[in-house]
Amino acid sequence: MSRIVQLRGMLEKKQISCRELTESYLERIEKQNGRLRALITITEEEALQTADTVDKKISKGEKLRPLEGIPMAVKDNISTMGIETTCASRMLSGYKPIYDAHVWQLLKQQNAPLLGKCNMDEFSMGSTCETSLIGGAKNPHDTNRVAGGSSGGSASSVAANMAAYSLGSDTGGSIRLPASFCGLIGLKPTYGSVSRYGLFAYASSMEQIGPIAFSAEDAAIVFDVISERDTRDMTSKGISEKTHPQLGRSLSGLRIGISDEMLGSAGDDVSRAVREAADVYRKLGAQLVPVSFSLQKYVLPVYYILSFSEASSNLGCYDGIRFGPAADKYDDIDHMISLTRSMNFGREVKLRLLLGTYILSSGPYDVYYKKAQNLRSIIAKQIKEEIFNHCDVFLSPTTPFTAFKSGTNLSSENNGDSYTTMANLTGLPAISLPCGYDVDNMPIGMQLIGKHFCEAQILNAAYMFERETDGAFLSRLETGYEI
Amino acid sequence: MKWEMVVGLETHVELATKSKIFCSCSTQFGGDPNSHCCPVCTGQPGALPFLNRQAVEYTVMAGLALNCEINRYSKMDRKHYVYPDLPKAFQVSQFDIPLCINGHLELSGGKMININRIQLEEDAGKLIHEGGKILVDYNRAGVPLIEIVTEPDFRSAEEVVEYLEKLQGILRTIGISDCRMQEGSLRCDVNISVREEGSSQLGTRAEIKNLNSFSFVQAAIEYEFDRQTGLLEAGKPVFQETLSFDSVSGKTLNMREKEDADDYRFFPDPDIPAIILSEEDIKRLRECIPELPEARIKRYVSEYRLPEADATLICKYKKVADFFDKASEGLKNPAVAASFILTQMFSKISTEVAREQWASPIPPEFLRDLVLLLEEKKINHNLAKNIFTKMLEEGKAPKSILEAEGISTDEVIDLDELCKSAVYTNPGAVEDYKKGKKKALQALIGNVMRQSRGRADAEEARKILLELLKE
Repeated sequence: MSRIVQLRGMLEKKQISCRELTESYLERIEKQNGRLRALITITEEEALQTADTVDKKISKGEKLRPLEGIPMAVKDNISTMGIETTCASRMLSGYKPIYDAHVWQLLKQQNAPLLGKCNMDEFSMGSTCETSLIGGAKNPHDTNRVAGGSSGGSASSVAANMAAYSLGSDTGGSIRLPASFCGLIGLKPTYGSVSRYGLFAYASSMEQIGPIAFSAEDAAIVFDVISERDTRDMTSKGISEKTHPQLGRSLSGLRIGISDEMLGSAGDDVSRAVREAADVYRKLGAQLVPVSFSLQKYVLPVYYILSFSEASSNLGCYDGIRFGPAADKYDDIDHMISLTRSMNFGREVKLRLLLGTYILSSGPYDVYYKKAQNLRSIIAKQIKEEIFNHCDVFLSPTTPFTAFKSGTNLSSENNGDSYTTMANLTGLPAISLPCGYDVDNMPIGMQLIGKHFCEAQILNAAYMFERETDGAFLSRLETGYEI
Repeated sequence: MKWEMVVGLETHVELATKSKIFCSCSTQFGGDPNSHCCPVCTGQPGALPFLNRQAVEYTVMAGLALNCEINRYSKMDRKHYVYPDLPKAFQVSQFDIPLCINGHLELSGGKMININRIQLEEDAGKLIHEGGKILVDYNRAGVPLIEIVTEPDFRSAEEVVEYLEKLQGILRTIGISDCRMQEGSLRCDVNISVREEGSSQLGTRAEIKNLNSFSFVQAAIEYEFDRQTGLLEAGKPVFQETLSFDSVSGKTLNMREKEDADDYRFFPDPDIPAIILSEEDIKRLRECIPELPEARIKRYVSEYRLPEADATLICKYKKVADFFDKASEGLKNPAVAASFILTQMFSKISTEVAREQWASPIPPEFLRDLVLLLEEKKINHNLAKNIFTKMLEEGKAPKSILEAEGISTDEVIDLDELCKSAVYTNPGAVEDYKKGKKKALQALIGNVMRQSRGRADAEEARKILLELLKE
């Protein structure tokens, strides 16, 4: 069921040239991007150049590397040298980075044709993609609905087959939520599996880059390429063993934790689909273990306090001095910096930066930051003791609900991140995979959280579910090239 | 009323690591603006720090040399403020758990200056004002710094200067910084307040920022002490403020009021894991610390019988002291070697920087050989001086200079024999001397010197001749 393996086979058997393949993606982008707003920047020239390089290799009969020649897209907060990278913000409009992110370096080494940069919530701050400067990416399953966020463009582009796979980033659920809304696989790796070097930081202690793809196998292939250790990121550890060769292992004996409270708090369609998925796992030999997580209600407050604090620090570099558009009429340098920031940051970003700045100031620091930091360790301890001491993998819905109409106002208590963020606070790897459709025929996603650096286990669990259900829930909007 | 000054010091020292604290850019001073820069040290979005282990180790060495406790667990924190030379809008520094705490440095009178903490941090860039524009040079941004904070233990400007000189000597000796004030690799902020003598309460303090020479430190403290006592005597309050020192007028000037404390919004840097040091790490670093200047001066005075002033001057520059130690091996009187260094070599190698680098034209063994010739009385002091001058010019060993001059040092000079011969072969001069012509003695000494080809000790010869002439 791997889109990537299928396309690579076609290239190697010369059923299609890489240029033709890339052009077909560019055509679909041209047709659909205006409507979907999945890509902020389209990099046709870059993609075709790479495609030609790949075609030369193919004509010489050389073997292709795992991602060689497979057209893809990258979230617009990942540094691509010479290619505009804006974080969907006015603050970076026109900014062409002077260096490559580690993940982009690795993809370049694979000769991966880059089709474009994916739309996102401004500086990843949002869960609908709608805080983007150009407006949110639309959900290809129903363009009146959001693609989810913050990596909305990464999901929208793949679901509409405008890219074979994409990279997103996940700080509180930003890969898994849009993957779930768009019927795709989204992997948030263990904190430290993938280098953050070149990821424009929002909340450094929580975020990871990861793939959004059609299938678990695709996600594993991409993850194996991008998870190479990087000495420029002190928190990068890489992974010890490739995950792709580990797919297909029996799930017999696998202990899957499941929380009745959590399932009960989700919408009916969603909890029903996840319960049915649990039954599939039982059939596959897994053992379902009831677990509970009483501190769940503190996850989002802790996440907000810490992520806003880190953001208020991380976004200090946007001062208009070295890059990005700057105010041109000002009294002095302080005035220039504050005008530049007032003009160029959107509303949601300003809100989070102001709150973060307040939280870190002396006084509130003890009341909020310190308390949240303590609570973060307590939550991690409970997750370890109450959940992972009893099971190998924790199963839940990815979000309480499916993709909703654009323009819906979400309350901060119910914004779709309530099940995903626990993986970010603890650094645990988590995957979202499609497991059903709701009454409106919108995709439902479920989440599997694994133990640290056990990506192979959750990828395999997702892979086995796909196989058992015959890919029934995989996105079928466009199946790409028919063979 | 008698007033007492209370001074505490924050000294910033740039570490002599080859690369910056968080990237591989060069730390070299100078260079074209923005030529030692990369995405990390210019705060490009997405760039991440990688902590230079050497910078951590140098900080620990400074702590060990200054008698500090070393925190086995330490961390880096972000300190936020907005200024164009600070590319990330925060400085990575250490807030509540610095690498080193509770140290001290002893002044010559035995007084202890307590060191509160030594923390590791990054330097900022530099602003250049040009044609009405402000330009930023980020070459210095990310150069590793340590900040050494003392308790308010100083009671005079002299104590402060002595502390700084000692500190400079220690840090240079352990090799963690070149401590050049003129290049800004050692600079300090002075916190000064005034109180009635005998009072245990502290007065309101002012902070004088960025002093970059010992004489400015002294002048600024003295000026500020007079200014504050003047205010207090006139019944006026001293305000808490930040001052700069104008070296032209010799006055301190207000930079900004510091009434409400800055809120730097410190928090642990999420990109840099905690720094964990093992017992072995610390043991290994302790072994890296060479003999410190204080101990070396004591050794030179007690073992080598050097005057304390000479010992202090030699120990001011580690490389000079190393040179002296080598030159002294096997000498009966190393003070002679010291005096050659302090006179002829110091006048040839005259600047502070040159002495620090000590590019000596001769190896220390050549100086030792020269002093040995003197000790064996094969040459006299005057000749030694002349030979040494040539050695420094030509970079040659004393023997080869002597050979070139045709002077043999194989035979030992028998000064008695030479003097006797001078008396017997110059009856005229002897006669003149006995008639009261004291000048005739010079002629006899000259004869001895000629016979010895200049190697004899003229002073010794004079004594022997006088004895002979009595007879």
